[in-house]
Amino acid sequence: MRRRHLQIIKRIFGLYLPLAAFLFFALFPFYWMLISSFKSNPELYNLRAKRLWINNPTLEQFKELFRKTAILRWLSNSFFISFLTSTISMAFGIMAGYALARLKFPGAEAFGLATFITYLVPTTLIFIPLASVVKSLGLTNSIWALVVTYPTFLIPFCTWMLIAYFKSIPKDMEECAMIDGCSRTGAMIRIVLPMAIPGIVFSGMFSFTLSWNEFVYALTFISSTTHKTISVAVPTELIRQDAYFWGELMAASLIGSVPVALLYSFFMDYFVSGLTAGALKG
Amino acid sequence: MIVSPVRMERLSLRRWTTRFIKSDSVTGYGLISPALFLMLLLLAYPFVLAVYISLTDRVLGEPGKFIWLSNFLKLFQDKFFHETVRNSFIYTISTVFLKLTLGLILALLLNQDFPRKNLVRGALLLPWIVPTSLSVLTWLWMFDSLFSVINYILLGLGIISKKIPWLGDPFWAMVSVIIVNTWRGLPFFAVSILAGLMAIPQPLYEAARVDGAQAFRQFWHITLPLLQPVIAVVVLFSTIWTFADFQIVYILTHGGPINATQIFATMAYDVALVAGRIGEGSAISLFLFPALLVVVILMLRYLRRD
Repeated sequence: MRRRHLQIIKRIFGLYLPLAAFLFFALFPFYWMLISSFKSNPELYNLRAKRLWINNPTLEQFKELFRKTAILRWLSNSFFISFLTSTISMAFGIMAGYALARLKFPGAEAFGLATFITYLVPTTLIFIPLASVVKSLGLTNSIWALVVTYPTFLIPFCTWMLIAYFKSIPKDMEECAMIDGCSRTGAMIRIVLPMAIPGIVFSGMFSFTLSWNEFVYALTFISSTTHKTISVAVPTELIRQDAYFWGELMAASLIGSVPVALLYSFFMDYFVSGLTAGALKG
Repeated sequence: MIVSPVRMERLSLRRWTTRFIKSDSVTGYGLISPALFLMLLLLAYPFVLAVYISLTDRVLGEPGKFIWLSNFLKLFQDKFFHETVRNSFIYTISTVFLKLTLGLILALLLNQDFPRKNLVRGALLLPWIVPTSLSVLTWLWMFDSLFSVINYILLGLGIISKKIPWLGDPFWAMVSVIIVNTWRGLPFFAVSILAGLMAIPQPLYEAARVDGAQAFRQFWHITLPLLQPVIAVVVLFSTIWTFADFQIVYILTHGGPINATQIFATMAYDVALVAGRIGEGSAISLFLFPALLVVVILMLRYLRRD
C-alpha cells in the first residue's frame, strides 16, 4: 500500500507536474492571444477586471479588423505564395532528391553537399544583395519577388528530406520495372513516388509552413500594403506610430496562425514521423 | 538483305544517342538542373555580390566606389558594433544552452507513457509551427509596460513585489528576447531528442538494470552517449539559426533599449535598409558567414565520421 502511494507521488512529481509546467509555458501565449482577441477595448485595458478570463466576449475586434484593414488580401497573398512556392520546390526537390539518391554521375556528391550547405545559409546573410538582384529582375514590391526567392531555401530543404526518403525505398522494385521495359522516369513516377508519399507530404507541408512564416525577405522586398503577406503585414501595418491596437493585433495574429495550425493538426502523424526521421538522418 | 554501310552507321549513331540520353549522367544532370540554376542565381550570386558590396561605400540610390576593407575596419572600431557582437554571443549561447537543457528534460518526460500522449506532443510543438512574427507580437503584448499579464500573474502570486520593466530595461530586455527564443525553439530540440531516445534499444537498459545500475547511471552511461549524434546535429543547427535570428529581436525590442539587444541581423537591417548605408550593412551581415562556416565544417566532419 505505501509502495503504491510512493509510486503515485513519484509519477506526479516526476512526470505530471513538470509536464504541466512545460504545457503552460508553451500554450499560455496562445491562450492570451485567443482571449485578447475576443475582448472589447474597455475590458482589454481595464486593470481591475479579471484579466485571465473573457467577461464579455465580443467580435468587435474582428469586425474592426475586416473593416479597416486589407487582411483578406494579406491572407490570400500568403496562400498564393505559400502554395505556389511549396509546389515548385517540391517538384524540383523530388527531381533533385531522386537524382542524388539513385543516379551515379560525376558531381552528384558535390551537389548533394552544396544542397546541404545552402539549407543552413541564413536568409539574413544574403538579404541585402538579394534585394538588388530582385530589383534588377524588376520584381521589387511584387509578390513574384517572394515566389522566386522562397524556393532558394525550400528546395534544399525538400531535396535533403527526400534524399533520405528515396534511399529508404528498396531499389529492387524499380529495377524490376525497368527490366520489364519501364523507363527510368517511368519507374520513378510509377514505383518510387507512391512509396515516398509520407516524405513528400511532410516536405510539402513543411515548405508551406516555412513560406507562410517567412519574414526577412517579405519585409525587405515588399513595401506596399496590398502586396504584403500576413506574417509581415500584421506587425508592420497594424502598428502605426507606436500606437498599439492590441485587440485587433491579437485577432489578426489568431487569424494568421490558424491556417498553419489546422494544416498541421490534420497531418500531425506525418509531421512527427517526418520531423523525427529528418532529425535522425540529420 | 544488304544493309548499306551508311545506313548501319546511322543506326549505331542513333543507338548511341538513345543510350546517351538514357544514361544516368544525362538524367541526373537534367533532374538537378532546375534546382541548380535557381540556387546559382539567387544564392551563390547574391553571396558573391554581398562580398563585393561590403567592399564598397554604396548607399541607397548610388552605386558607390571600391574602398577595400574600410567598412570592416570601421566596424572594428565602432562601439555599437562591439555591443552587437557581445549581444549576439550572449543571445546565442544562453538560448542554445536553455533549449538543450529544457529540451532534454522535456524529451525524457515525453518518452514515458501517459494518456493523451499525441495530443500533448502536438500542443507542445505549437510554438514552433505558428508564424513567429505573430506569436512574438503576443509576447510583445504580454511584456507591455503597463498591461503586462506576466507581471499581473507574478504580482498576484506574490513572486515579485514590483513590476518588472521587461522591455524597458537593458538587462530585462535581453532576458525577454532569450525567453521568447527559448519558447520558440524548445519544441525542435524536444522532438529531435525524443526521436533519438526512441531509437535507443531497450535491451541495453534491461542489461544495465540486471547489473544493478540506478536510473541516473543508466542515463549517464547509456542515454547520453547514444544521444550524442542527435544532440550534435540539433545544437549545430540551432546555433546558426539563433546567431542569424532576426524576427524576435526586430519585433520585441528593435535592438533597444539603447542597443542592449542589437544583434547582427537587426543591426545589418538598420544600417543597410533604414539608414541606407548598404555597403556597411552588407559587411555586418557577412559576419554571420564565419559562424556558418564553423557550423558547416563541424557538421561535415561529424557526418563523415559515421
